[in-house]
Amino acid sequence: MDLHFGDSKPTDEERAAIDALLGPPESAWEGASDRTDTDLRWARGGRAARERRDLLLPGLHAVNDRVGWISEGALDYLCRRLTVPPAEAYGVATFYSMFAVKPRPATVLHVCTDLACASRDSASLCAGLEARLGPAGTPSGAGVLWEKSPCLGLCERAPAALVIRAGAEPAAEMGPGKRLLGALSGGDPLPGERTRATAVIGPATVDSAILAATAPETAPEEPPAALAVPQAGQDGLVLLKNIGVVDPYDLDDYRSHGGYTALRTAFSIGPAGVIREVKDSGLVGRGGAAFPTGVKWQATASQPDHPHYLVCNADESEPGTFKDRVIMEGDPYALVESMTIAGYAIGARQGYLYLRGEYPRALERLTHAIEQARSRGLLGENIMGQGYDFDIEIRRGAGAYICGEETALFNSIEGYRGEPRSKPPFPVEKGLFGKPTVENNVETLVNVLPILTMGAQAFAAIGTEKSTGPKLFCVSGNVERPGIYELPFGATLGDLLELAGPPERLKAVLLGGAAGGFVRADELDIPLTFEGTREAGTTLGSGVVLALDDSVPLPRMLLRIAEFFRDESCGQCVPCRVGTVRQEETLHRIADRTGAAAAEDIALLREVGAAMKDASICGLGQTAWNAVESAIDRLGAYE
Amino acid sequence: MTAPAMPRNSSAVPLGLPRRLIEFTLDGQEVRVPEGSTILDACRAEGKDIPTLCEGDTLRPKNACRVCVVEVEGARTLAPACSRKAEAGMTVRTDTERARHSRKIVIELLASSVDLSTTPKVAEWIKEYDAKPDRFGPDAARLNEEPRVDNDLYVRDYDKCILCYKCVDACGDQWQNTFAISVVGRGFDARIAVEHDGPLTESACVYCGNCIEVCPTGALSFKSEFDMREAGTWDESQQTQTTTVCAYCGVGCNLTLHVQDNEIVKVTSPHDNPVTHGNLCIKGRFGYQHVQNRD
Ligand SMILES: Cc1cc2nc3c(=O)[nH]c(=O)nc-3n(C[C@H](O)[C@H](O)[C@H](O)COP(=O)(O)O)c2cc1C
Ligand code: SF4
Ligand code: SF4
Ligand code: SF4
Ligand code: FES
Ligand code: FES
Repeated sequence: MDLHFGDSKPTDEERAAIDALLGPPESAWEGASDRTDTDLRWARGGRAARERRDLLLPGLHAVNDRVGWISEGALDYLCRRLTVPPAEAYGVATFYSMFAVKPRPATVLHVCTDLACASRDSASLCAGLEARLGPAGTPSGAGVLWEKSPCLGLCERAPAALVIRAGAEPAAEMGPGKRLLGALSGGDPLPGERTRATAVIGPATVDSAILAATAPETAPEEPPAALAVPQAGQDGLVLLKNIGVVDPYDLDDYRSHGGYTALRTAFSIGPAGVIREVKDSGLVGRGGAAFPTGVKWQATASQPDHPHYLVCNADESEPGTFKDRVIMEGDPYALVESMTIAGYAIGARQGYLYLRGEYPRALERLTHAIEQARSRGLLGENIMGQGYDFDIEIRRGAGAYICGEETALFNSIEGYRGEPRSKPPFPVEKGLFGKPTVENNVETLVNVLPILTMGAQAFAAIGTEKSTGPKLFCVSGNVERPGIYELPFGATLGDLLELAGPPERLKAVLLGGAAGGFVRADELDIPLTFEGTREAGTTLGSGVVLALDDSVPLPRMLLRIAEFFRDESCGQCVPCRVGTVRQEETLHRIADRTGAAAAEDIALLREVGAAMKDASICGLGQTAWNAVESAIDRLGAYE
Repeated sequence: MTAPAMPRNSSAVPLGLPRRLIEFTLDGQEVRVPEGSTILDACRAEGKDIPTLCEGDTLRPKNACRVCVVEVEGARTLAPACSRKAEAGMTVRTDTERARHSRKIVIELLASSVDLSTTPKVAEWIKEYDAKPDRFGPDAARLNEEPRVDNDLYVRDYDKCILCYKCVDACGDQWQNTFAISVVGRGFDARIAVEHDGPLTESACVYCGNCIEVCPTGALSFKSEFDMREAGTWDESQQTQTTTVCAYCGVGCNLTLHVQDNEIVKVTSPHDNPVTHGNLCIKGRFGYQHVQNRD
């Protein structure tokens, strides 16, 4: 490969940010200022450097975290360092919504306008911000850019907002009260340089959002994760038992509450034993596709090709979903332990945790937990003296729902555009870096702990025959106590809403998020199981239960869903790339119409929807019409 | 039963042992194809025509356009014929309501957003599938791109681009290894561009024109063709094609000279040439301008 670069040079900050991640450059070719004889080695462009392509996304983050946008000079310098063609890197940088390739203010205020927040009047919040800061997307005089955002995964605190201020990483201390968003190796601040800060605000008001955007470092502390768990501390919880009970920073506290007994069990029964238990438990994936976890593990474990990888999908971006965040913030060691067990079972030595880019507190707590585990011999070489080596690396997403699709996630980690791959081949055979890979959702993984501690039989006895175990539900919208609820599979929608305090005039419930479907207020006896929702012609998806009362105009919700898919389509295939645009346009047209005035457009929606469902490459396009269809057919929208 | 089809790109892969034959049902008929063949290979061997856009004879299809979808019995979704491999015992139908519906919508979605005026066969397909691109209304979003004329050799008119990825693949690891272009942006805003979305002259492009060779829509065209089309003088019926050997170096690539009114108006290369597979370098591709300009 013969790379071509322009003349743009990185600034000192940009260079420092990249060097802090990659180490100092070795040659002038890579951008070092002094010419040395090592220049001759630039031609190693071949293998050694190309193998670092997966550092492209962390490199883009490093620059964006520090400067707030990615300049031509910074991009070119990063490309030289990694031997990546600049056109490709530009294609990657422009794929993610958290990155900008044009200058913008260092502080960006992301205001959620998605479903749960819309049901709690994000519209007024936006109107207020517009009055004070000007229209969304245009920099204000105050050095703040405010933007409308898809679901931030903070739905229990709707309407929610997130502030990210770019700058040098402040002294890298972690612990209660600290926040960070970025690699710890951000490099030392240059004299007078602004420091990075983030703040999460929810429920947000115009004043609190603007205040936090102006001074994120002094914004009020987020409430503990347990506040998102109305059942916290109750007896009988399985997945949520530690939340609000165990200090998320304290490994000893975790161990004294039974932490790491599951890993001990795993070592005593061996990898095949673990897979057998997971199979016998009947556990299926909680990320949305409901694939049997043990089958996936076995298929990967038995692949002759090596290395094997474990990937934890913590991209959580389905609107209305926030369960993985609550686990990661409230019980981070549980995820570290369960990833270790999964890695052991499938014969992986390296695990990747692909974390949603907009989750600063989860990033900080997991980073801390991984370091603690490493320093105590629970990660790294020879874990617990059992001769098993395993480590976990966190990779941050950068604002792209599609990167939660399993193969798009691989491409994202590898430093390519987050476009789904065509299957076959399946990840168990050719996944991350083309190697056999197990990818699991956060909630799926933490279920492995009770499977090993209580035994497969006892676990399978929870729930129904076909949907075993406990399940987390993300309840939001017009309920009294939004939050994450744990119930055994088999409870009905009504049971769940009763716990959360349903609205007086419930109009509809969205199950499974934007990719899911609406059900009516008179369908509360639907059992919340995979088979039960399927029979009822709907889906459990990622566990979203979004209750809407009659104050929320349905056409607006449907438009929001359509906008979401239009914005998040990767653009690869025609049915989804153009179909999601046509769907949104059509819903706009009929926003205020009903009956015969809408009929022709509804017929058009059906036709486009059928093609999206049938002919799109991946689940995004295939489900982009589901919720709208269910609103028309089940709720009688536009009648 | 007809003769087995050859798998696509078979000439690019040295043939080892004769391949096992696979038997499956295609539109109710038993067919046999060598292992590794796609459904499209089988269809073509049977003389069935299925629309294709992102598939190309010298490239691995990206299977992004989805105009070639067919119904595979038992599958939840339709399958792209261009890339789904035939499997023993599978039952494939190419002409069901469902498959035709998706093809029609794909054609409508493209025709309502992209300028397909120079995409061969589209007019036929619009008729065959009774597609009505206008039904999305006058306000339906279009690409709205202006032609980029930033060099003397070729023009990038992305208003005609269906984002088939062929140029990117030809420029990248499948042929040219120059990586001058990429898909940038996301969703409906995704476009083909060089780094920083700048002009071609500031990119890594070496003007091999191999991207033009594979572009199925005319979004990429020789400057000579682009100018003649603008002037209204482009007339394929008045053109002759002569294949010769490039004289610039000793490799011996085949050039097909397209001549109108005694002027070379573009240069292609036969895709079945075992050495070049349609790929050339700047000299073979654009040397004619040099020759003509010297006259
Ligand atoms: C568009 C799209 C987005 C997805 N987002 C997520 C996600 O954020 N988290 C997740 O765990 N799975 C997500 N999935 C599902 C994954 O592709 C995959 O099925 C899952 O991670 C497998 O893990 P599991 O078997 O443990 O559920 C998404 C799928 C699609 C099609
Ligand atoms: S369905 Fe949508 S998101 Fe999925 S590959 Fe196609 S364009 Fe991309
Ligand atoms: S002319 Fe050649 S180098 Fe230039 S973009 Fe096209 S394929 Fe790439
Ligand atoms: S320019 Fe041509 S080859 Fe490239 S993506 Fe567009 S249509 Fe395909
Ligand atoms: S945080 Fe606003 S909808 Fe989830
Ligand atoms: S030709 Fe098959 S998907 Fe494009």
